[in-house]
Amino acid sequence: MDKQVKDTLRLGGQEFISRLFLGTGKFRTYALMQKAVQASGAQVVTTALRRADPDFPQENILSYMPRDITFMPNTSGARTAREAVRIAHLAKAMGCGNWIKVEVISDNRYLMPDNFETVKATEQLVKEGFTVLPYINPDLGTATRLVEAGAAAVMPLAAPIGSNRGLRTRELLRILIEEIDVPIVVDAGIGKPSEACEAMEMGADAVLVNTAVAVAGDPVQMAAAFKLAVAAGRQAYLARPGRVLSGEASASSPLTGFLHMPHEEVAVHG
Amino acid sequence: MHLMVNGQEKELAAGSTVADLVADCGFRPGSVVVERNEEIVSGEAWRDVQLATDDVIEIVQFMGGGC
Repeated sequence: MDKQVKDTLRLGGQEFISRLFLGTGKFRTYALMQKAVQASGAQVVTTALRRADPDFPQENILSYMPRDITFMPNTSGARTAREAVRIAHLAKAMGCGNWIKVEVISDNRYLMPDNFETVKATEQLVKEGFTVLPYINPDLGTATRLVEAGAAAVMPLAAPIGSNRGLRTRELLRILIEEIDVPIVVDAGIGKPSEACEAMEMGADAVLVNTAVAVAGDPVQMAAAFKLAVAAGRQAYLARPGRVLSGEASASSPLTGFLHMPHEEVAVHG
Repeated sequence: MHLMVNGQEKELAAGSTVADLVADCGFRPGSVVVERNEEIVSGEAWRDVQLATDDVIEIVQFMGGGC
């Protein structure tokens, strides 16, 4: 129990109990999103920044957020480092803290992040005092440069955004988890709680989920399921999973010292 | 006075301020951020900053998004 209390995620000068970050896109309504955030137990949420449209006035998403939530606006829509920096400035001007998820995407088909532009934007924004969480293709060279640049965390993708295909980049994620000293937040592509659980078992520090929750038949129930899965995976990681046998078996029950039954009798009684 | 607001042409009375534009668009202060010619105009300055013809304005807000 004591261990559980002390197991917090330290990130950007803050401490979090929850290791599930939630995105706020694709929910049918903000009211539904709000319930999902509550059910998920998430303490960090992502939002996007977009042009306000006078012809289709939107509700203010901020009024649907728990008071103590940490905002991680993203720079989605940016195709270059320069655009990401500009969006980060606008997001900061909203007055919701200095965290920024740097997301630079120049590929319209697979929505793959541009690691090179992401490093450039991260260098600039860290210098300006932002808490920067860059979203990348899971590449060790890029992640190392991001750490050198002062990124607060590294957020490698599991599969293409919104695809719900799970941990397709598993082997690369494993390398980042082993080699990178800042928190690794597995982002994008996680489609099921079991996949979030596996990422946590592997030693990821947190996961960011959005589509899997938002497009579920019951997003609130799915948010609760992800909360349990992330907590279970984290506990399993802390408990240190046992070794995997490459072949044959190893009985869990003792094989000796019990009844000496003749083989015929075993066959008759099954 | 001719402006470009979020990529659309807009006409507004000469001498209008950023606050006037935001009100004219129907946005609530506090829910949007305004950029004028790629420079952010802080909320406190909205009433003081007068717009000029051909200004390029972006008015943005937080929306649902994530991954």
